[in-house]
Amino acid sequence: MTFNYFEHDLASLHNQLVNREITATELTEATIDNIANTDEQLQAFISTNPDEALAQAKLIDEKGNFDNVLTGIPVGLKDNLATKGIQTTGASHILEGFKPIYNATVVEKLSNSGAVSVGKTNMDEFAMGGSTETSYYKKTTNAWDHSKVPGGSSGGSASAVAGGQVPFALGSDTGGSIRQPAAFNGIVGMKPTYGRVSRWGLFAMASSLDQIGPFTRTVKDNATVLSAIAGFDAHDSTASQREVPDFSAKLTGDVKGLKIAVPKEYFGEGIDPKVAKQVKAAIAQLEALGATVDEVSLPHTKYGVAAYYIIMSSEASSNLQRYDGVRYGFRADDVKNLEDLYVKTRSEGFGDEVKRRIMLGTFSLSAGAYDAFFKKAAKIRTLLIEDFNKVFEKYDVIVGPTAPTVAYGLGEEVDDPTAMYLADVLTIPVNLAGLPGLSVNAGFVDGLPVGLQIIGKPFDEETVYQTGYAYEQASHLFDQHPDIAKKY
Amino acid sequence: MAETTITRDEVAHVAGLAKLAFNDAELDQFTTQLSDILNIFDTLSEVGTDNVDPTYSVTETVNHLRDDVADNWGQKQELLDNAPLAAAGLIKVPAILDGEGE
Repeated sequence: MTFNYFEHDLASLHNQLVNREITATELTEATIDNIANTDEQLQAFISTNPDEALAQAKLIDEKGNFDNVLTGIPVGLKDNLATKGIQTTGASHILEGFKPIYNATVVEKLSNSGAVSVGKTNMDEFAMGGSTETSYYKKTTNAWDHSKVPGGSSGGSASAVAGGQVPFALGSDTGGSIRQPAAFNGIVGMKPTYGRVSRWGLFAMASSLDQIGPFTRTVKDNATVLSAIAGFDAHDSTASQREVPDFSAKLTGDVKGLKIAVPKEYFGEGIDPKVAKQVKAAIAQLEALGATVDEVSLPHTKYGVAAYYIIMSSEASSNLQRYDGVRYGFRADDVKNLEDLYVKTRSEGFGDEVKRRIMLGTFSLSAGAYDAFFKKAAKIRTLLIEDFNKVFEKYDVIVGPTAPTVAYGLGEEVDDPTAMYLADVLTIPVNLAGLPGLSVNAGFVDGLPVGLQIIGKPFDEETVYQTGYAYEQASHLFDQHPDIAKKY
Repeated sequence: MAETTITRDEVAHVAGLAKLAFNDAELDQFTTQLSDILNIFDTLSEVGTDNVDPTYSVTETVNHLRDDVADNWGQKQELLDNAPLAAAGLIKVPAILDGEGE
């Protein structure tokens, strides 16, 4: 028996559990059925763990304590989040069969909240890509059109939530990997401020950029999940020691007097005019609700992609040195000596996109290139941050499109790395500056969702959610569902 | 600034540093693709950055440290279970030099 998550937000699920209208076991069973019923179309999960999930749900029902809002509610986890005793691959061949011996902090926090993890979602290999097509295991499809990409790298999590398999999921975002797939699938995705959520147990791609965040169908649900996963962690030396506020505090629907900045660069060259039009209509709606809207400039925006790909690939090339075939995962056969084992394992175990980034990073950090590339990119990063600081002296949030286009066809861009890199232009600066960024659905172009990106000051997720909530309540776009909703 | 170019030999050299091996066709493909990407990187030279400090991290404060106390240990068997090859409670790898067996 399946369960129709399109008709219930997290608060509604919580009430049904509290009132014993449904048990955690029934909800978990139904979620497993949801995935069995639709994953042939969506291909959102690399693996599921029904036995562990049902055992956990049974314990929850026996205890009968549903005080926590997430207790008994199923969740999907991106397959780069370490789950103890459950295969975690990062969608890479090189980690096939790897079972972490500990839980990522976010996994532990969700588990302590009573959320029930039902499986690991597909992604680009080691989160490198924007379409989930670089996964070694499968090609996930867009929940609205199964011939289109779900975006990436957290495409499995986005598709699973948008396709109604699970009520929420976690992803990670290094250059847009939560916000862009959320946009492509018409749901809500948050990349929190750098340091807001512990990165411990997240497979490191670029450690100065990576953040974990939630995918949900509504802004309120998103704030609820972020509250559960945020906070200090001694295991992540960059986790913020700030108090975690109530992220739902400003979800009133009121944005009167809110000062919104719209960067002219976010509507420049390369942005599909239909997407621009849709996003401008969303901004007009915020203005009609009483916000003030002004055009501003973030002059270094166009240099973000180059700076990002240098910094990210440099950090990734260093982080991915650990995959050498010695301690876990795949090991190449037929090797002559230890050096040969490293080289063959890595050459056979990594896909092309991962190799490209390792090569770019190794090159950018090499003696002759360090100053001209790595150090130069770090200086451009300073200029991008100063651009944001200047705007935030006068404005509360910055808004624009999340991605330059709607979802494109499967196979269309995967062989053209430069085109795929340039498509990250609108999300990348937010990671370089460590800011919070949210994507909410802003309507449709040719039947495919368009994302409105809302960027906030550091640690001001509350105002970002306030803005997203006001727009969502005014537009009521969450009432529109993809065809796959009929399967539940 | 002149366009940065990368030769096939340089790609092979960087691959060696990164412990990756490419066949001839892959070397050609990576040389072309990396050159295209380096052309994007070259746009940064348009921006004057003489008096700009580099940013390597966006943490608010200095990284915090914790006491050096083990809190996740005693899982030797689980660690060994993940190793592709283990023997006598140790992870097994081939010899460093050719022809010396295991």
